[in-house]
Amino acid sequence: MTVELRNLRKSFGGVAALDDVSLTIARGEFVALLGPSGSGKTTLLRAVAGLEFVDSGDIVIDERSIHGVPARERGVGFVFQHYALFRHMTVARNVAFGLEVRPRSRRPTARDIETRVQSLLDLMEIGHLGGRYPEQISGGQRQRVALARALAIEPKLLLLDEPFGALDAKVRKSLRVWLRELHERMGLTSIFVTHDQAEAMEMADRVAVLRAGRIEQVDTPATLYAEPANAFVHEFMGESVQFRCLVADGRAWIDGLPDIVLPNRCPSGPAVALIRPHEIGLLPGPGPARVDARHHVGPLRRVRVRMDDRVLDLPVPEGRWLPDAGQTCRLDLSQARVYPCASDAAGLSRAGDRESESPIRATMLIEENSST
Amino acid sequence: MLTVQRSALPGFVPTFGITFLWLSLIVLVPLSALALRPWELGFIGVWHSVTEPRVVAALRLSFGTAALAAAVNVPFGLLIAWVMVRYRFPGRNLADSLIDMPLALPTAVAGISLTALFAPKGWLGALLAPLGIKVAYTPLGILVALIFVGLPFMVRTLEPVIMELPLDAEEAAATLGATRAQIIWRVVLPALLPALLAGFGAALARGVGEYGSVIFIAGNMPMISEIAPLLIVIRLEQLDYAGAAALGLIMLLVSFGILLLLNLLQRRISVQQT
Amino acid sequence: MSETAIYPSESATSAIHSGEAATQEAPATRAALTILTIVLLILLLLFPLIVVFTEAFRHGLGGIVEALAEPDAISAIGLTLIVAAVSVPLNTVCGVAAAWCIARFRFPGRGLLITLIELPLSVSPVISGLVWVLLFGANGWFGPALDRLGVRIIFAVPGLVLATAFVTFPFVARTLIPLMEHQGAAEEEAALTLGAGGWQIFRRVTLPNIRWGLLYGVLLCNARAMGEFGAVAVVSGHVRGQTMTMPLQVEALFNDYDWVGAFTIAGLLSLLALLTLAVKAVLEWRIGAQGGALL
Repeated sequence: MTVELRNLRKSFGGVAALDDVSLTIARGEFVALLGPSGSGKTTLLRAVAGLEFVDSGDIVIDERSIHGVPARERGVGFVFQHYALFRHMTVARNVAFGLEVRPRSRRPTARDIETRVQSLLDLMEIGHLGGRYPEQISGGQRQRVALARALAIEPKLLLLDEPFGALDAKVRKSLRVWLRELHERMGLTSIFVTHDQAEAMEMADRVAVLRAGRIEQVDTPATLYAEPANAFVHEFMGESVQFRCLVADGRAWIDGLPDIVLPNRCPSGPAVALIRPHEIGLLPGPGPARVDARHHVGPLRRVRVRMDDRVLDLPVPEGRWLPDAGQTCRLDLSQARVYPCASDAAGLSRAGDRESESPIRATMLIEENSST
Repeated sequence: MLTVQRSALPGFVPTFGITFLWLSLIVLVPLSALALRPWELGFIGVWHSVTEPRVVAALRLSFGTAALAAAVNVPFGLLIAWVMVRYRFPGRNLADSLIDMPLALPTAVAGISLTALFAPKGWLGALLAPLGIKVAYTPLGILVALIFVGLPFMVRTLEPVIMELPLDAEEAAATLGATRAQIIWRVVLPALLPALLAGFGAALARGVGEYGSVIFIAGNMPMISEIAPLLIVIRLEQLDYAGAAALGLIMLLVSFGILLLLNLLQRRISVQQT
Repeated sequence: MSETAIYPSESATSAIHSGEAATQEAPATRAALTILTIVLLILLLLFPLIVVFTEAFRHGLGGIVEALAEPDAISAIGLTLIVAAVSVPLNTVCGVAAAWCIARFRFPGRGLLITLIELPLSVSPVISGLVWVLLFGANGWFGPALDRLGVRIIFAVPGLVLATAFVTFPFVARTLIPLMEHQGAAEEEAALTLGAGGWQIFRRVTLPNIRWGLLYGVLLCNARAMGEFGAVAVVSGHVRGQTMTMPLQVEALFNDYDWVGAFTIAGLLSLLALLTLAVKAVLEWRIGAQGGALL
């Protein structure tokens, strides 16, 4: 069973909430929609459920368009951000709801419903809570009730809107693992919205990064982290250190670090080089960087490096050269990725053209520069 | 935003339809009769109808007593709201229910019981008679009745605002050396000013059109103690429909005008304070 | 998410009451103001209520029974009940429809609709009756035509119903709209994704959530319907035994100096008012106790 989102567009009063979004999800996949608030991820999820209407585009499930199909007939399970449990019904009645409102012809007997409800509650490890009311149980338990309720109707697709957003950190961690296992065990196909990239990376088979209504990149978590398609994705997926640079003839010259030139495929003009803190190497010798301090956090070593007017806090992995405080050193930025930016003197990273080639890994090219 | 957002929830068309239909029948059509009927007298006719001395006296009485009663309710309402929110005392919950009494009690019942209370032989009337104060059957009686009716509006408008008053502003003033009285005067009251205006407006609007509470205790003497709503009733009985409608229309327009003004004033003060 | 009770919770007021001199008046001042308030409330609000009952009982229980046994009194009570029985359910149905429409959807003209719903509250009761006379009275737009058909609206029961419907229209909607907006549409959307249809959603999800607000709105609507005076006075024609509701009967008896009769009927109406206030108090106590879960 595949889910295809084709060229979805939706605007609210002149602002595009969804801007030509296309995505295919295979059976059994666990896909995360990741992005900052306002990126359109919740709108997209609700559009699949039928709670929002798109202006144009199509949603196809199993070769059948569900475009005109009302929400109640889509057979899609939805878990709301704040659970939306029916406050006046017990947990058991909540879970039974989807079965009880079915038309007579498709409705199971009362006995069947009870059995199914109880087995779902047991599966969620809350079998003993059937008689309680939502206000009497904890946040984590309510979350499971919401899940059980959505699963009771045996949906083709499970949609989850920031399901862990309202829970505290410890509960969140254990529920992440548990949810992923449930997904495997029940053979579900799930789409899951979050703004927390660690969560997306940990749980999803593939992650779609959204910004301002567009999908910036869809890939496995590992690929997203290692090969971000543009500056936005690079910065969203993890810590980034930014260096302004200028591209000419296929080489990027970094402001303030004339020793370092990075090959790339960006168009000539201003650009930005992004690198993860742990990818920055420190090399002995006279250089633009000065080590202010170093500290050890358990087995981890970190140095605070000052360069021009900025301060970098860098980890130094085992086996690498560890400078002393007060020493100067050179920087190895060979793992940086260069992205074009809009002609904007501020140099803040912007996603360049999505169609621009993804920068190739720069090979190390440090030139001893006599002008130091 | 003028675009209609389609909603996934069902039921818009039937509920909008019912609401609109019922509203039209019960509210819109009758009110349009009120708006249109006076003009069969022609513009001049309407002018004459509402500027008759008797009418002017009645309007002046209705608006004047309503304004005065609302003004009296400002300190009364403020006192009661302050004590109810800030203090604890036995029977506070009972007092809270009591404040809604004028809203819950039918106006005719309020009317006759206030009359009985302030009649020369009534409990309070007998207390005031030796002082030479006659309440029942005089404009003073109208005032008392309107104070009764308007009090809950003032109190209920003020209470949530008092509850939201930031205590730290008062604490800050205290650390700067202000006495309690100064704090109330300089910190608390200015913050409450928009709400006081709103409460004043609500009480005023209610008081202008009040009929049942007032009609028994007023003397109902033309030019002296005859309220405008009574004049409307009299004109209807005389089959002067256009005249009655004209008077009703004027009352409505002036009330809305006053409320609009108060609203603007309130907003200007709120803006100044932020 | 919880609704605050009418007054700050104990813990909130304790900050004020822990003797913080900065935010407190002097104890003597507080005592004086409290006493002044209580006296004011008693004089202004309690006395009128008490007077109703003392006057009604002036001739003892026998006087009351006699007053209630009067045929005019009985027909007034009956008429009041009939008028309420027609106008309250109609306004309840329309109020619920209006609340669903306004609280759950956004559409152009929504603000106007809200203003129109609130309109009868800002209009003088006499004007509320006047408008019906303008439509159906002897000189009204439709009056003469209907008269030829033998249909009497003004000075007859239908007029009473219309006037009462006009003034009581807002109560149910006004209570439900903020309640439903506060509760949000999430539960109803959840029911939708689970396959429920419109009626099922309303019956199983919405109605249980709004039931206390609905009860309160209906009670307010009913209290006003039974107690309305100004609007009804204009359309009634004061025909004894036929178009006199209880408040009108009170007026008639009072003007005839039959104070016992007048205050007896007034007493019945006051009991209704007290009932409404009591229910309101219970509902608010429930909100406080349950942290907003019920209302």
